[in-house]
Amino acid sequence: MTGVRVLVGTRKGAFILTSDGKRKTWDVNGPHFAGWEIYHLKGSPADPDRIYASQSSGWFGQQIQRSNDGGKTWEPVDNKFTYDGVPGTHQWHDGTPHPWEFKRVWHIEPALSDPDTVYAGVEDAALFRSTDGGKSWAELSGLRGHGSGPRWQPGAGGMCLHTIVLDPVDPKRMFIAISAAGAFRTDDGGETWRPINQGLRSEFMPDPTAEVGHCVHRLAMHGARPDVLYMQKHWDVMRSNDAGNSWHEVSGNLPTDFGFVIDVHAHEPETIYVVPIKSDAEHFPLEGQLRVWRSRTGGNEWEPLTNGLPQSNCYVNVLRDAMAVDKLDECGVYFGTTGGQVYASADAGDTWDAIVRDLPAVLSVEVQTLS
Amino acid sequence: MIRVVLPSHLRNHANINGEILVAVDGEATQRSLLDALEESYPVLRGTIRDHDTKKRRPFLRFFACQRDLSHEPPDAPLPDDVKRGSQPFLIVGAIAGG
Repeated sequence: MTGVRVLVGTRKGAFILTSDGKRKTWDVNGPHFAGWEIYHLKGSPADPDRIYASQSSGWFGQQIQRSNDGGKTWEPVDNKFTYDGVPGTHQWHDGTPHPWEFKRVWHIEPALSDPDTVYAGVEDAALFRSTDGGKSWAELSGLRGHGSGPRWQPGAGGMCLHTIVLDPVDPKRMFIAISAAGAFRTDDGGETWRPINQGLRSEFMPDPTAEVGHCVHRLAMHGARPDVLYMQKHWDVMRSNDAGNSWHEVSGNLPTDFGFVIDVHAHEPETIYVVPIKSDAEHFPLEGQLRVWRSRTGGNEWEPLTNGLPQSNCYVNVLRDAMAVDKLDECGVYFGTTGGQVYASADAGDTWDAIVRDLPAVLSVEVQTLS
Repeated sequence: MIRVVLPSHLRNHANINGEILVAVDGEATQRSLLDALEESYPVLRGTIRDHDTKKRRPFLRFFACQRDLSHEPPDAPLPDDVKRGSQPFLIVGAIAGG
């Protein structure tokens, strides 16, 4: 039977939402790891029953959980993330050097072809990899060793590596993004990295077009066109046609180009989605109207999607890892809010409905398309 | 045997029901007790002390015999009542809101 499994990470636990291919009725299972912050959980593309979850707590630190049965049962795996060599320093908020300190795992990205290989993006920003199903982790230290690391500085949410995008065509290529350092690319499987921020402009920086320092919020790619990248930056929605070598703005007619999420339709590489947020000072939708904006032209020309979404008195936020799409024939789009709602559209965004309304604040949403 | 009481999140995480008994070789100190606890329950590594520095995590406290032992040196002997098992060693999550 075809169906979908939506993996939801929240401030107080994980929830698993399942439905058949119609996506009309939903089973809500959880909370898993009740009381813990679940920044992210994601299933392996190679084995949908293999799911990894980042579980953390201000009291008890970081845990990584693994499921081999689609989230029915879990086992803790290794939770030790040790920076390679002498960690060194990055810039602190006041501009002084600050030692690199591990705080939590923000994002987990299972490899495309091997369920036992998985990447973890952490705060303070670094990239780790496990090749034994999470039983041990090793830093891909070429990223921090790129040379610009001492100039990276935390954003308001912490200096986190929050986005990992794997190239489905070239297994040696991947993209990551860090707040507030910018986007980086490796072409050799993580050994060496280069910043890919040319074309970004960030007015909060002394040099608005500097090589690093940009507050990238999210990257997205369609697997059929891995050289085309989309970016929601702190302000500005951006597009690259050359794997990040250069970027140009595609905010177009968006009412505000601040936001966190961006994602691409599963079958239409030029159809993209964002949720505009009023500003960096006011993290909620404009005029209390929750609207997803869709572009069918790869940016610049955007249309608001409102059918089924609250259009008054809505002051939630949609965080950077909280949007996903499924791969069913009519693409489903999903996002979660800090108000605890998870909205789903089974028709590529034309109409929306809330799967659940009263979860803890949603930190992440991922979707598995099951066959 | 030393009686240890963990906060509920860690009991759930380690599949522990209620109080546990921990055998300590040699002098019973915070360090030797936590070493033995982590040996018996490896999933607790990193949850009470930092993996590398072995320092107590900031929002945890160690109480016993109605005293706060959190700032005692890690190699100081535990109170006799804890060593004898007449009083438990309490690992407590600090009140921090949320």
